[in-house]
Amino acid sequence: MEDILPVIEKKLRDAFGEDVVSAEMMRDFPVFTIKRDKIIDVVKYLYDDPELQFRFLTDLCGIHFPDNKGHELGVIYHLHNMRKNWRIRLRTFFALNDAVVPTLTTVFSTANWMERETYDFFGITFKGHPNLKRILNVDDLGGFPMLKEFPLEDPTRRDKDDKMFGR
Amino acid sequence: MGCRVKNPFIPHCMNTIIKDSNIEVVGAPAGIEGPGFFATSLDKVVGMARKNSLWPLPFATSCCGIEFMATMAAHYDMGRFGAERLSFSPRQADLLMVMGTIAKKMAPILRQVYTQMAEPRWVLSMGACASSGGIFDTYSVLQGIDRVIPVDVYVPGCPPRPEQVLDGILRIQDLVQNESIRRRKTPEYKAMLAQYGIE
Repeated sequence: MEDILPVIEKKLRDAFGEDVVSAEMMRDFPVFTIKRDKIIDVVKYLYDDPELQFRFLTDLCGIHFPDNKGHELGVIYHLHNMRKNWRIRLRTFFALNDAVVPTLTTVFSTANWMERETYDFFGITFKGHPNLKRILNVDDLGGFPMLKEFPLEDPTRRDKDDKMFGR
Repeated sequence: MGCRVKNPFIPHCMNTIIKDSNIEVVGAPAGIEGPGFFATSLDKVVGMARKNSLWPLPFATSCCGIEFMATMAAHYDMGRFGAERLSFSPRQADLLMVMGTIAKKMAPILRQVYTQMAEPRWVLSMGACASSGGIFDTYSVLQGIDRVIPVDVYVPGCPPRPEQVLDGILRIQDLVQNESIRRRKTPEYKAMLAQYGIE
């Protein structure tokens, strides 16, 4: 996989210049960090380019790093070129209070449910999504459970004495 | 019809079976017996009939359901207690057996299944998850099905052994046998259902 990193990086840098924030190997995986406004254009380019042909969206998910001030939230895209068996990962980061990303459903229909899941757990709004509502959790959950500040334990339990748990 | 064959391994009629085997059949309830008549209370007869012909509705969502399958199968054989006829329609079922983790999203469905059952109905909660949420003390899991429906018998364990499930069935049978046929019409019972918001 290491040999494909310079190939893809060169093409992306030529096409998008400064919008490609970084290109690196993370363990054995090529990872590209892209500016949020250009992420859909980059995916579309990777899809359409006759040499790259990343035409399968393996996964799309959110991520939360509360210590990265100004870039707390992120969306991660896993793409797959099935002909050459190339796999890459795209990332884009943004602030918690500005959690809006353009939708990928214009390129991949399968992004529909993935984006709903990401919205459900991280509260990230996908601009232009046709049906952005909760998919796995109950509608009246009142929060986004994968954010680090969300209390994991069920808040309705009355039988747990905090003294017994040392808190 | 007389029984001519004495070989106990080839029983030719019910008399032979009952006389020569150790199978316990359900005895008559307490009552007054005389030549040609037998008198007892309706409660006892109805209780006996209901007790020995429970139709369970298995609501199995996870590993406890697998253990329940073993309970139903030949080795443990819940049919010995008259409960071998599983009903997959809530309308025909007497006993709702909830086995496994109930997610909060599943709670309204469980409640709907319960309300679709006809009275009299009983509920057995099998395993730690159904009874209390178990190890899943988390935002997505219902912390015990008694948050949404009334429960008659809790079977602890993670998962419980089939013997424990059978014991739970026997405890349900005790409740069924001793229940007054008027109980479901009492204001106490209606008030209890109202606590759960069930008509």
